[in-house]
Amino acid sequence: MSSVHAQPHPAHKDYEGAKLGMWLFLFTEILLFGGLFLLYSAYRARYPLEFHHGGQHLNTFIGVANTFILLTSSLTVALAISALQKGNRKLTLTCLGITILFGLMFLMNKYIEWSEEIAKGLYPNGPELLKLPNGEKIFYGLYYAMTGLHGLHVVAGIIALAIVWNFVRRNSVTPTDFNKLENTGLYWHLVDVIWIFLLPLLYLAA
Amino acid sequence: MSTSVEHQAEGAGEHGHVVPYATFVRVWLILLFLTGLLILAGTKFHESLSVPALLTLTPLKAGLVFFYFMHLKYEKPFLKLIVLIVLATLTLLIGLIFLDLSFR
Repeated sequence: MSSVHAQPHPAHKDYEGAKLGMWLFLFTEILLFGGLFLLYSAYRARYPLEFHHGGQHLNTFIGVANTFILLTSSLTVALAISALQKGNRKLTLTCLGITILFGLMFLMNKYIEWSEEIAKGLYPNGPELLKLPNGEKIFYGLYYAMTGLHGLHVVAGIIALAIVWNFVRRNSVTPTDFNKLENTGLYWHLVDVIWIFLLPLLYLAA
Repeated sequence: MSTSVEHQAEGAGEHGHVVPYATFVRVWLILLFLTGLLILAGTKFHESLSVPALLTLTPLKAGLVFFYFMHLKYEKPFLKLIVLIVLATLTLLIGLIFLDLSFR
């Protein structure tokens, strides 16, 4: 017994609890965006034609490109976790780096897309938007609220990924202790899932 | 001597299911294919066909991400159950909203 006491105790880690905690947080995110989806559905049912016209003016090409970018970034995060489990730290760092780059590409596309809309005067209280019927004003309001909130999540995801990248580089996230990477991956995948729903709602349902 | 080091190793084993790279790549290819189908349905199909296509393909894509990329397939039944409860609650809320809207 004395030899046990002589050894320093490693920190207690509850992997199941940490993962469950992350999922509980993701549930709050699902219900947060779920509320916006509910609002969208209710107004779409009330103003079907206006939502149809609103969707037609959005840049579908950028919406689709961003879908492919996020789907691929989800793949690279998933690969990063498997790579770390197999002890391939270099591949993990590369995959995480690529994911961060994809995240930045997504934001750049979003910047180009929003700039186009804003230049046309189509922004909340913008001169052109005020001339449109009420339904289209609501469509654009929801478009900015939903894609804006999602964009903030992408920014948070990129920051979290960069922090975890540094953890892996410094060896504080390892093949036997990678919960931080796993939870960051879960967050990034949820950001992807939300976009999977935003694409048809905003860009394709027109 | 069941030290906490052993306990930690057990814990790591529990959450340490290694998914092969090929599985993730296959899921990604299916997701790209479904996205292509979704775009085709949203832009080329008639509304009577495109709406059901969007309503089925989108949850299918999300399901693949949840099940494979988010490792839900390899999780314990408890986690699967609570995810199901949350998604069922949201679906029920959306259903009730439409029920309410259709009787207005």
